[in-house]
Amino acid sequence: MSDHKTMTLTLIVWRQKNASDPGKFETYTAKNITEHHSFLEMLDCVNEDLILEGREPIVFDHDCREGICGMCSQVINGAPHGGQVRTTVCQLHMRKFKDGDTIYIEPWRARAFPIIKDLIVDRSALDTIIQAGGYTSCHTGGVADGNAILIPKPVADEAMDAAECIGCGACVAGCPNGAAMLFTGAKVSQLALLPQGKTEAAARVTAMTKAMAECGFGNCTNHYECQAACPKGINVKFIARMNREFLKAQFA
Amino acid sequence: MQLLSSSIGRKIVMAITGLLMILFVVVHLIGNTTIFGWISGGINAYAHHLHAFPPLVWAFRAFMLAAVSIHIWYGIQLTIENRGGRSQPYAVKATQKATFASENMIWTGLLLLCFIIYHLLHFTMKVVPGMALVPDAEGAINVFTMVVSSFQNFFVAFIYVAAMVTLFLHLSHGIQSFFQTMGWSTDRTLPVYVKAGTLVALVLFLGYVAVPLSIFAGILKG
Ligand code: HEM
Ligand code: FES
Repeated sequence: MSDHKTMTLTLIVWRQKNASDPGKFETYTAKNITEHHSFLEMLDCVNEDLILEGREPIVFDHDCREGICGMCSQVINGAPHGGQVRTTVCQLHMRKFKDGDTIYIEPWRARAFPIIKDLIVDRSALDTIIQAGGYTSCHTGGVADGNAILIPKPVADEAMDAAECIGCGACVAGCPNGAAMLFTGAKVSQLALLPQGKTEAAARVTAMTKAMAECGFGNCTNHYECQAACPKGINVKFIARMNREFLKAQFA
Repeated sequence: MQLLSSSIGRKIVMAITGLLMILFVVVHLIGNTTIFGWISGGINAYAHHLHAFPPLVWAFRAFMLAAVSIHIWYGIQLTIENRGGRSQPYAVKATQKATFASENMIWTGLLLLCFIIYHLLHFTMKVVPGMALVPDAEGAINVFTMVVSSFQNFFVAFIYVAAMVTLFLHLSHGIQSFFQTMGWSTDRTLPVYVKAGTLVALVLFLGYVAVPLSIFAGILKG
């Protein structure tokens, strides 16, 4: 064993059997946690203890654990992904906490994200929005020359900034209205900025914003909590760009 | 129409009607300051010219009524739809960007509605008791005397000042929100709109409360 100082933490975790179960908070103790544990590794330790005791482990989403897949999704002390700038839960480390801390862990809470179990929510509504128009229609065939269509560097950079979205849904979780404007705005902008996406821009923004409403997401009231919650730092300028695209589409 | 069935479209309609009201309150403030006498004949002359052509007055009133009604209608609808957008509140509230003003737009808005009704009953229909209504030879009410006698009453002055605090809150969020909703903001310009919007809201606040405060303090006398 290493000689690292260890921490003991109190976790207050949302437990819910399924979508129809009302759910409740339960308290657990996380023992022997070092500052090098990631938040998810800390939960792994707690779950190992729970399994040894013959109790149900805490169910949570995760996959890459390196901040790129967008699967991890926990609200920690009221902040999606724990509130550290540009950091997903999986990249959050226990050195951000101190011995004796009490930590509240909750699932994303939004009308459009029903809880599947404990901390896992069903985020397929985001896929529904993408299916409505988050693509470009093109003929497949031989691979096109990478430089056949010239794109100015600032435009490519702007599109890339929007494309950083990993679709985790933290923006929805952070929004007091449960709106998906930052997610949809990022996708609409990313495609509308590039020549390949421009041709379908009007139809896309119309279809995607319609799908957004049908999925039960709320409306934007410009609180900008989404931007604060986003682990990829997606800016609300992409919501403005989507609003602009929407307005343009009215005249298309 | 797509514009009105979509939440973005409805917000755009709210933003445009909001802008119409902002333009109105700016012009209204400039008109109010004539009480300090910077045009000859002061506020009485201003009121006289303003109402010189009744059909235009009524057309303008109908136009503003429509703008206010549409704004309120969509404001209420937006707020109701957003209730329960979050399935249940978080155990710990940790908002990072939302402000008191942004979270209470519907309440500041509805308070403004109450104020607008009171204000119309007060100075437009002149049915609120406790003010001096002095007609001149042609039967026109002396506006200066009416306003000054009203604001000598603490409660009346207080209601107006409180209403202007509410307007400040509504606009400190509303002005930058207008630019964002219209899609006219970027990461460079939004912080500027936030500051400039708050400044405009503050100037409107100070300008409006200058009238009741200077009367209540006895600087403007009847
Ligand atoms: C008469 C009663 C009023 C009600 C019930 C009302 C209600 C609302 C509501 C609910 C919003 C949406 C807030 C949000 O997105 O979070 C809003 C936005 C706004 N209001 Fe009002 N309001 C009223 C009067 C006014 C007045 C008198 C003005 C201007 C002088 C004004 C200007 C605005 C502006 C500029 C916005 C921002 C629109 C946007 O988000 O793009 N409102 N109002
Ligand atoms: S687990 Fe992939 S981003 Fe966190």
